[in-house]
Amino acid sequence: MKILALNGILGYGYPVKSLENGLKLAPDLIGVDAGSTDPGPYYLGKGKSFTSRAAVKRDIELVLPEALIRGIPFIIGTAGGSGGEPHLKWNREIIEEIAREKGLHFKLALIHSEIGKEYLKGKLKEGKIRPMGPNLNIEEKDIEESVRIVGQMGTQPFINALTLGAEVILAGRSSDAAIFAALPLKEGYNPGLTWHAAKIMECGAMCCVPGTTADSIMAHLEKDYFLLQPLNIKRRCTPTSVAAHTLYEQPDPYYLYESEGMADLSQSKYEQYDDSIVRVSGSSFVPAEKPTIKIEGVVKAGYRTISIAGMRDPIMINEIEEITKAVSKHVKEVFINRISAADYQLLFRLYGKDGVEGENEPCARKAHELGVIIEAVAKTQEMADDVCAVARSTMLHYPYEGRKATAGNLAFPYSPSDIPMGISYKFSIYHLVEPEDPGELFPVEIINI
Amino acid sequence: MSKLVELAKVLRSKNAGPLYLTLDIMFDEQQAYERVKNSGALSKKLISRLYHTGEENISIIDYPAARSIKITMPRKVISGSIGDTDIYGAQQHAPLLDVEIE
Repeated sequence: MKILALNGILGYGYPVKSLENGLKLAPDLIGVDAGSTDPGPYYLGKGKSFTSRAAVKRDIELVLPEALIRGIPFIIGTAGGSGGEPHLKWNREIIEEIAREKGLHFKLALIHSEIGKEYLKGKLKEGKIRPMGPNLNIEEKDIEESVRIVGQMGTQPFINALTLGAEVILAGRSSDAAIFAALPLKEGYNPGLTWHAAKIMECGAMCCVPGTTADSIMAHLEKDYFLLQPLNIKRRCTPTSVAAHTLYEQPDPYYLYESEGMADLSQSKYEQYDDSIVRVSGSSFVPAEKPTIKIEGVVKAGYRTISIAGMRDPIMINEIEEITKAVSKHVKEVFINRISAADYQLLFRLYGKDGVEGENEPCARKAHELGVIIEAVAKTQEMADDVCAVARSTMLHYPYEGRKATAGNLAFPYSPSDIPMGISYKFSIYHLVEPEDPGELFPVEIINI
Repeated sequence: MSKLVELAKVLRSKNAGPLYLTLDIMFDEQQAYERVKNSGALSKKLISRLYHTGEENISIIDYPAARSIKITMPRKVISGSIGDTDIYGAQQHAPLLDVEIE
């Protein structure tokens, strides 16, 4: 079976020539991962995509007519970047627009992935929700307060949609690999090889040298092995580049955990098949006793206002730690009896010192120039604006010890100096739930376009 | 003595999901890979100190198929939560750069 992955994320682009090369090989499936939690909780919470509409439309409209003419199923997973209902709707509208413009008619399957709160509360009571890490616990209030919760579907909902005759599948939140694994598993291919190939392909041409998420890759699945073939003459797959890709974004390169079980890659072999193609064998699969579904949920985490400025005075830079402490203290005093210190957070991000590494920064030196982001997060936008404004004006004029540059401490690049950023979100849920039937959570809706 | 950054072909960090940080050190020469592994320099004790996290949280995995060492630990601040300095976790490799290898 031949499977073509368009690129690593729908909207990242791919060369037309790579698609042409792939289509010449007559793939049985074309798939693409359209989302990720990498960009953080905001997009799931707000219902927006982190990818650009124009770029997503371009990536779809080049391939959609070709897939339809050739009768190749086209699967998009984690629609709209996060796979919630607004994201699914956004991505569906793009497909419908393309269909109208090009006069295309086809059977579209939508697979929904938002999970109900009452369902999850029930599962929590039954003890059927497990943590995915030590730093995030779940209680009933976390479920109740969540703005949106999605589950990552495995292969079953895709298989259901294919069985219903869908030509195009637009799925909500999906396991990245399940997008590519569904059809081969439906056709009885070796699950270990299938999941391994799927996991590599979902990042597009990242497993190549030079690697990129903005290019396509083809997998050829056979009974006892699979091949990975770049579709761009300037890329090659090597045993090292393919093996190395299993490290990417994974906690463990030997064991890949999916809804349906675990792919065991500890015996996998990577061999150069020809100049640019790699052959992989030896991957196996251990089915889970009880399938689990990964659930992701977000809550509102306050309104944010920031102010960005530069500092060049060495005396100030030398004392910056004391200065930011003093500014925080002053802000607290200004707002006493007006805004409780418990209702806001005030942060100073100091670039040129430890803005990136925080407490892990090994370098004790500070740069000759520092960038600061003054950040206020509070219950309301107005409160965040107020706290940021006072912190900013205090820091601008603060009379630190030994100061010579007495006219102003900060170099603002902009007027206005303060930027309201709107609502922020944080992950409230990142857990595993044991459903009775993994398919039950992901209803398939068929639409005739 | 050499610094780890001088010996490695790839030295990177990234989120493995929003709750975990994973670091990959990859070598393009077997000799460099063996040297770093055999030095014992990349221990849980070292990582615990550099990343201010308990040794029990740290996993260190050898991956000879790609001449790599993978280190994974929980993120102190969940991706995107208030105070996060690095949403993608892609610039947290600095503490490893100057690790001394015999």
